[in-house]
Parts: sequence; structure tokens; C-alpha cells
Amino acid sequence: MLVLENIDAGYGGFQALFGISMRVEPGEVVGVIGANGAGKTTLLRVISGMLSATAGSMTMEGTDLRRIEAHQILATGIAHVPESRRLFPRLTVEENLRMGAYLPAARAHFAERLEYVYGLFPRLKERRSQLAGTMSGGEQQMCAIARALMSRPRLVLLDEPSMGLAPVIVAQVFDLVRRIRSEGYTVLIVEQNVRQVLKVADRAYLLEVGRIQMSGTSEELAASDDVRRAYMGL
Amino acid sequence: MDCHLDVFFLEALINGLLLAGLLALLALGLNLVFGVIDVVWICYAELVMVGMYGIFYAHKAGVPFVLAAVIGIALCAAAGVLLHMLVIRPVLDQAPINQLLVTGGVLIFLQAAATMAFGIEFKNLGIRLGSVGIADMSFSWSRILAFGIALAAMLALWIFLTRTYTGTAIRAIAQDRQIMPLMGADARRIYVVTSAIGAGLAGLAASLMVLQYDIYPQIGLQFGPLIFMICVLGGLGNMIGGFIAAFIISQFIAVGSSCFHTEWGYAVAFLFFMVAVLIRPQGLFGAKS
Amino acid sequence: MKLTSPASIAAFGGLLLVPALIRIVFPDSEKYYLHLLIQILLWSFIYTGWSLMGRFGLTSLGHGAFTGIGAYGCVLFWNFAGLSPWLGIPVSIAVAVAVSLLIGYPCFRLRIAGHYFALLTLALTEFVRLCIVGLRDYTGGSLGTQPKRAADGISFYALQFEPDRWLSYYIALALWVFGLWVWLRVDRSMDRYALDAASQDEDAAASVGVNVTREKLKITALSAGLCALGGAIYGQYQMYIGPDTIAGLGVSLNMVFAVIAGGLWVPLGPTVGAIFTQVLTEGLRVAIQGSATLKATLGSAALALDQLIYGLLLILFIIYMPKGILGTLMERRARKKAGKPAAPGSAEPAPG
Repeated sequence: MLVLENIDAGYGGFQALFGISMRVEPGEVVGVIGANGAGKTTLLRVISGMLSATAGSMTMEGTDLRRIEAHQILATGIAHVPESRRLFPRLTVEENLRMGAYLPAARAHFAERLEYVYGLFPRLKERRSQLAGTMSGGEQQMCAIARALMSRPRLVLLDEPSMGLAPVIVAQVFDLVRRIRSEGYTVLIVEQNVRQVLKVADRAYLLEVGRIQMSGTSEELAASDDVRRAYMGL
Repeated sequence: MDCHLDVFFLEALINGLLLAGLLALLALGLNLVFGVIDVVWICYAELVMVGMYGIFYAHKAGVPFVLAAVIGIALCAAAGVLLHMLVIRPVLDQAPINQLLVTGGVLIFLQAAATMAFGIEFKNLGIRLGSVGIADMSFSWSRILAFGIALAAMLALWIFLTRTYTGTAIRAIAQDRQIMPLMGADARRIYVVTSAIGAGLAGLAASLMVLQYDIYPQIGLQFGPLIFMICVLGGLGNMIGGFIAAFIISQFIAVGSSCFHTEWGYAVAFLFFMVAVLIRPQGLFGAKS
Repeated sequence: MKLTSPASIAAFGGLLLVPALIRIVFPDSEKYYLHLLIQILLWSFIYTGWSLMGRFGLTSLGHGAFTGIGAYGCVLFWNFAGLSPWLGIPVSIAVAVAVSLLIGYPCFRLRIAGHYFALLTLALTEFVRLCIVGLRDYTGGSLGTQPKRAADGISFYALQFEPDRWLSYYIALALWVFGLWVWLRVDRSMDRYALDAASQDEDAAASVGVNVTREKLKITALSAGLCALGGAIYGQYQMYIGPDTIAGLGVSLNMVFAVIAGGLWVPLGPTVGAIFTQVLTEGLRVAIQGSATLKATLGSAALALDQLIYGLLLILFIIYMPKGILGTLMERRARKKAGKPAAPGSAEPAPG
């Protein structure tokens, strides 16, 4: 589905990603783990078009992602749930969801998508007229994911969903991830919380200083000594 | 000073209210652009001036007034789009003050162009709508019409901003521009639409003003600074705040003009603005940033 | 640029000789050319005063208020109280400084900056202009007024010197040099570094002990005072002041435009800006007068041609040369010397 080959990217004179090659197949949950500054968020920004790659190729079901503009990427089926949620704070929950359905194709099915999303996340329905900025972190994360689902995406990019959230809420967030996985969405999730993400992902890539150091199934990575020592505190 | 609390004073107050409608409409367009794109179009009043000349010449060429007004609105909307694409876009990365200054250049340019193209004589559309008398007071229909249409326009804009996708996107982009592409929205296009609407509102204001005022190239200097004051006073991007601020300012002007010379009304309005902003910089109704 | 370097001294000497040179080269139009130079010098002084604030990010659209207070204060004290400008000017300067501090203090305490600050100063200049027009019994309203001529127009007590162009020139020259001296003193002072730091990051500056508000107030007072002085001397030279010639939004915008055109961060930038704008206006005027065809096609519209070009140039300058003519030239020269291309625009900081 999503194929990256030798992607380089950076900011100004500073290169953040070196020759990244990875793939995501339909129905999978793929994790990208690594420390702060490893380039995980950069990777997602490159995929969703917020940052331009400087070399390499990226395709989504055959469509060359590097050739199209950032705002056209959603139409290829890739929905990005940004780091720190990034809801529109002074829009209501429902208005945020409406923005998720901004694409002409999505607008046509807005009412039905809204029902579906409220069905998945009843708490959001309760708060539909609440300003998004006034919700708790966990609720915001729910809303951000729901917003991404409004456009009926094929691939959902989740950028550090547990960041800044209390441990109790973190568990709830990963339940959300399992939930959308069971709804059939393909997910690429970038996370610092290695333990949790390896529990929910099928496969994972280990990113260190902008390069893929290791890749394999979650079990393999969880069993690897390097990973356990460096990231799981064992 | 001849200032008594009599019927003339009341008339001045009500005229002030009617004027507030027009000022609020003018502030609306500026507020929209200000609040969404975060640029100050110092030349906003000059866009209105361009609209007024457009309507004048269209009408002179035999076009019925309402159609001329539509032409004026379209002309202004187009001017706004050009302004954004040619002048604002190249400086969006520069310091905000540069964005303000570059529209200052447009202000000077438009005034000069109008002087060269149309001359400095005052022009008037020549349409008289008459007045209505209530008690001993008399109010011109054009003022009342301007007030009504201004309110209607504000309502229409509110509906647009809250009920349509584009309108919601315009509100959204003001809150977080960076993630708009993630919604599948082209930020550049939304800015252009915002500019068109903001300038179109200037055109609407122009169509109301040609019924009341003479047209001359420097007319922008008369109400331009006033409009900025109202926007800032009412709190950026706050429509209701803008109307209330317009009301306050126009009352100062109306009372000042009826009691003293016109200048003092304006001078006090400006003084009030300075004091208010120095006490509460985000405006009377703005949110603390 | 050191004021005492051999090049500067030579240049200064040259400037001292200019009136004599003009008398030799243009004997018939001596008055005209000296007039042009005096205008340039006086406006350079005023623009330099403005740039003291502008270079630290305090872009005021309201300095027309200070030149207006200086000019009108001086003239009104003379006309109605018989007060010699030698006293009238200091008093007017004090008023201008007081106004600047009155507005500046709450402004800086509340961290009003950028275009909010600009709009506030715009309101100030309009307020002053409106008051000037409103006090029409004293100020002549929108028609302006003149200082009462003393004797034949030249008087020490009345500080009038207009008929003697040579004297006027040297006074203007002295003022201009004074302005440059102030600029350079500020540039070398600790306050300059404090203000530079504050203009980049107020919190950081405050945390290292910079009293940001006090620094800003100091530079504001200085800037307002210089502009008031410039306005007053300008009035004394022109022997006429009007609310739109020495106060108001137009004057304020001209200041900003000229300094942007010349270069905001270099000492001679405002001067270059003044030269540029005065020469442009004068050049256009002469070209239009001299050309029958231009006169015929433009007619009275010719009056606005220079404004049209100004406006266009202001737009183009900000888009393409935000550092001004001098600033951009100097930057290019510095870059060539360093032998490297300039770094492209700010890089986004890399997130985690």
C-alpha cells in the first residue's frame, strides 16, 4: 500500500532522514519506534506532505506522493493525526469533524460518516457542541482520530498519540488504536512508548538518528536485546 | 459650544447609531482578513474608494444602480484577490510590520492612481432617497438603508462562516494554518477566498456610501484610520465586538460633531481608542493571547 | 564608520564647501539648489530620528505627531506668546517627549508590538493632526500658519534665517551631523545591545537583567525629541507649517518609506532615503514641467505621478529589498567579502 524507498529529508541545512525504506501493507498496524529526535515525526510529516522529501520515492497504492501537493495527499487515502492532536481549539467537536470531511468526496457522505464516528466514540457525541480546546487530552486524542476517520481513509498515520497524556489515558488511547484496527483501518503509528506500541503493532521499524536500524515483527523487536535495553529499560 | 439634551441631540445619537451600521460593515471585511490571514490591509479604505468610483462610472454609463452596485462588489473582490496574490503573498514570511507597510504602499498608489485617472473634483452619484421625519427629527433613507443592509450582510457572513465548509475552513485556518493540508484543504486557495470576501464587503460598503457621500481620491483618509481603530477596539476577528466598537466610536463622532466642530468628535474618538487600547490591548472584547 | 576617520573628515570638509561650489557652478540657480540640499538635510535628520526606533522593531506610523508638535509648538509660542524659539523649541521638544512617554509607558509595559503598535501610533498622529485642525483659531486649521516674520526675516532672537540660504544650509548641516552623531552614539552604547536583544526576544532579554521597558522608553524619548527638533527647525526654515506638511499620516508614512528605501540598519540609510525621495519628487516635477507632451497627457494628474511612483516603489522595496538600497548594497558587499552565499531563509527547527 504505502512504499517508501530511500527517502531523505531535512530542515534547511540539517538532514533528519537518511535513506528510509519501508512499507505498509493493507490491514497491518506498523509501528515506528525510536528516541526523541530520531526522526519519527519527521517521517510522518514527509509522508503526509507537510515536509518535502529531498530524495527517494514514496508511493501510495501506486500514486507518486512526491509529485502531488500536500493538500492532495488526503485524497490518496492517507489521513494524518498530528503530534499533539492539533485540533482547531475554537471550533466545536462537530466542526472539527466537519473539517475532517472537507474533501468533496467526503462531504457527500458527511452525515453518514458522522453517525459512524459517533458510534465508535460515543463520548464525542456527548460533547459534539463543546469547543475542542476545552476537552481533556484523552478526549482530544479521540476527537483527532475521529476527525481523521471522517474522510474514510485507507491509511491512518498516528503521530505519538500517547504524548503528554497521563498513563491511565495512554492505555485508553491504545485501546482506541486497537479499536480502529479492528474496524479495518491500516495504521502506521509512531511512538516513544515502545512497550505499548509493540503490543498493538504487527510489525515495527526502529529508527535511530534518521536511519532504520532494525525492522521485523513486534515479537522480534520486543525480544531483541538492544531494544529491550535502550527503550524498555530492561 | 451649543450642546443641549434636546431633540437635536437625540437626532445626533440616532444618526450615530445608523452610522455605526455602516462603520461596522466596513470593519467586518477588515476584521475578516485581519483575523484569518493576520495581515492589516492599511489600504482597505482605498479599496472602498475604488468600488465607489466603479459604481459611479457604471451608473453614469447608464447601468441601473443595483447592477452597478453588484459590479462594484465584484470589482472590489477582484481587487482584493489581486492585492493578496501580488502584494501580500510575497511578504507573508516577512515581519508583520512589513505586511502593513506594503499595503501602505498600495494606499499611496491607489490614491495617486485615482487622482490621475479621475481628477480631484468631488463626484456625486446624484441619487437622492429623501428622508423620513419622526417627531422633530429627520433621518435620511440612505442612512437607514445602509444600516439595514449592513446588518443583513453581517448576518449573511455569520451564516456563511458557521454553516458552510468553506466558511468553517476560513475559521479553522485562522486557528491552525499548518494542518490545513491534512484536511485536504489548500491553504492558499482559502486565503484567496477570504481576500475576495473581505474586499467584496468593501465593495458592498462602497455601494452604500455612494448614496450618502461625495467621491474623491482622498476619501479613504477620512474613514480608514477610523476603521482600524474599530477593529482593534472590538477585538480582532470579533464581529459583535466590532459592531459595539463601531457604535461607541460613532457616538463619539456624532455627539462631538453636533456639539463641537467635527474634528473634535473624531479627536475624542481617537483619544478614547488610545486610552482603551493602552488599558486593554486586546480590545474591549478580544481574547487575551 | 568612524566620524573621525580621514575619509569622514574629508567628506565633511567637502560638505562645508558645497555652497561655495554651487555658487561657482550654478550661479543663477544657487538658491534653488541650496534649497534642495537643505530639504534633504532637514528630512534626513528627521528620518534618522525616526530610525532610532525603527531599527529596533518599534515601527511607528505616528512620528508625524512629534514633528507636528515641534513645529506647531515653536510657531504658536512665538506668534501668541512672543516666546523666542530658543525657549519655545525646548518646550515643544519636552511636550513631544512627554507625549511619547505617556503613550510609550503603558504600551511597552503591556508588550504592545508589531502592527498593534503601528496602529496605535497611527491613532496618535491622527489625534494630533485633528487637534491641530480643531484649534483653527490658533493654528489656521487645515490651511496652516506661518511664524510672524521678524524684521527682514533674519533674526537670531526669532531663530529665523530663511532668506540667507548659506546660513540655512550650515544650520541644516549641523543638525544633520548632530543626528548622525546621536545615531552612532546609540549604535555603540550598551542600550543598543539591550534593545537588539529585546527586539528579538523580550523574555530572554529581561531574564538577563535588561529593563526592557526603560530601554524602550529611552529610545522613544530620544526619537520623539529629535523629530520634534527637526519639525521645529523645518518650520523655521520653510516659514510655513501645515497639518499635512509637517504632521499627519502622510508625513509619517513618508518617513517610513524613505528609511525603508534607504536602509534601516545603517547610519546613512535614512539620509540615502531622503536623497532618494527628494530627488525623485523634484526630478519628476522638473521632467513634467519640461515636457510639453507629459504635461498635455497628464494635465493636473501630473501632481500625483510622484505619489504613484512612491507607492509602487514602496511595494517593490518591501517585497524585494526589505533592507533598503544602502542596506542591500552593503549586505552584498559583505557577502562577497566573506566569499559565501547567504544562508537561505530560517530553517524550521527539527522536532523530536
